[in-house]
Amino acid sequence: MAKEFDIKKHSLVPEHTKLTEEEAKKVLSEFNITKDEIPKILLSDAAIEKLSPEYGDIIKIVRKSQTNTNTTYYRVVVNG
Amino acid sequence: MSDIYVKFEDKLPGRVLEEMKVEAKANKLTDAEITKALNEAVKEYGESLISPGESIGIITAESFGEAGTQMTLDVFHMAGVAEIQVTRGLPRLIELFDARKIPSTPSMEVYLKPEHTKTEKTIRKIASYLKEMKLNEISKEFTLNIMSESIEVELDEKKMRDFGFKKDEIYETLKKNLKNATIKDSKKGFTLKPDTEEINLSILYKLKENAKDALLRGIPKIKQVLPTKKDGKYVILCAGSNLKKVLKMDQVEEKLTISNNLFEIATTLGIEAARQAIINESVAVIENQGLDIDIRHVMFLADLMTQTGVVRGITRGGISGEKESVLARASFETPLNHLIIASLTGGKDNLKSVIENVMVNQPIPLGTGLPELVSSIGDKKEKETEK
Repeated sequence: MAKEFDIKKHSLVPEHTKLTEEEAKKVLSEFNITKDEIPKILLSDAAIEKLSPEYGDIIKIVRKSQTNTNTTYYRVVVNG
Repeated sequence: MSDIYVKFEDKLPGRVLEEMKVEAKANKLTDAEITKALNEAVKEYGESLISPGESIGIITAESFGEAGTQMTLDVFHMAGVAEIQVTRGLPRLIELFDARKIPSTPSMEVYLKPEHTKTEKTIRKIASYLKEMKLNEISKEFTLNIMSESIEVELDEKKMRDFGFKKDEIYETLKKNLKNATIKDSKKGFTLKPDTEEINLSILYKLKENAKDALLRGIPKIKQVLPTKKDGKYVILCAGSNLKKVLKMDQVEEKLTISNNLFEIATTLGIEAARQAIINESVAVIENQGLDIDIRHVMFLADLMTQTGVVRGITRGGISGEKESVLARASFETPLNHLIIASLTGGKDNLKSVIENVMVNQPIPLGTGLPELVSSIGDKKEKETEK
């Protein structure tokens, strides 16, 4: 009965990727914002468990949008 | 041909481009005509974008508010119908946006892998394994025997046959699930005796209640199952939800299986999944009521609710209660509490947002009230070249 469940397979879960520091800087300058203005994602979030995130990392999320083909969204990792 | 579209990739959203491509092909447009059409589309798109300072929050609230008046105000009770009851209409919408920890009718949609849906019998079998079965459901009687300081359980043989239980199987699972008690076979069922040295009535009563609730089979919290067909796929609708355990089952198609509990989704699948679930559930309610609310409003709300990484409702304990401004919080609910606390602790209001400025009769930071001073400050060189 017990099997490993791969969270990525679920239709509700979009693709999560961790940005490198350079990419993160680029994103921040592109939108002209600081890290604390970005929406948050918890360190313990189930979807980013395998990315080995750290506090302050920026996670890029590619959603399948209902009004567009794909949309990118960013979340910053916070403790919790 | 395709490089015409590449130029417009950052000017137009992907879906518009796709549609243009299809239309251009159908009408056999030349390259020059396509460029003209695309330029026109960029213009139209730019005009339909939301301008800075637009009060989208209020527009969203109005869009939901108007439609909400048309919705079913109460929960329907379906007596005698082979269907699992689900809250719909306004109560469900309120429940979603308030982000209640447990919905009033928790339910799940369990999809099965194709290899397990060949015959109806196998589907029923899986469904029966999903449902939680307690000792209470297949027993006739629980008797408290004070003389022998034990509890006698009388099993219902007909029910046992109906649900496919055997006595020795029950014995084994009881042994595992019922702690602090010794189980003995008896003529009609089992005899349970507490393990504690001192046996009194309250311990016996406790054991009796525990024995009634002892899990024999299935997944905890799943109260009712109903195998049905939806969009050509076999689904088991469940009353009660336990996403984490169900997703681990071998027969379950983990891609589509969902619960209607937002918090359960947030903990097992992450905050992004919860956002999508808010959208899906809200749209389902709206469509079920035959209403039409632009999905962008729903998406905006879902983004707002999941902004901090946890699901927050639009209540005084959630988003509305975390506003910075004292006056804005006071204007929502329980105004006296907020004002008293603010005056006792020296609260400060910077009058930066809308509501507090309406209260003190000042221009609100929205639309034309937003910019304080606009002037173009360019480089000296730029200005010279303009001349």
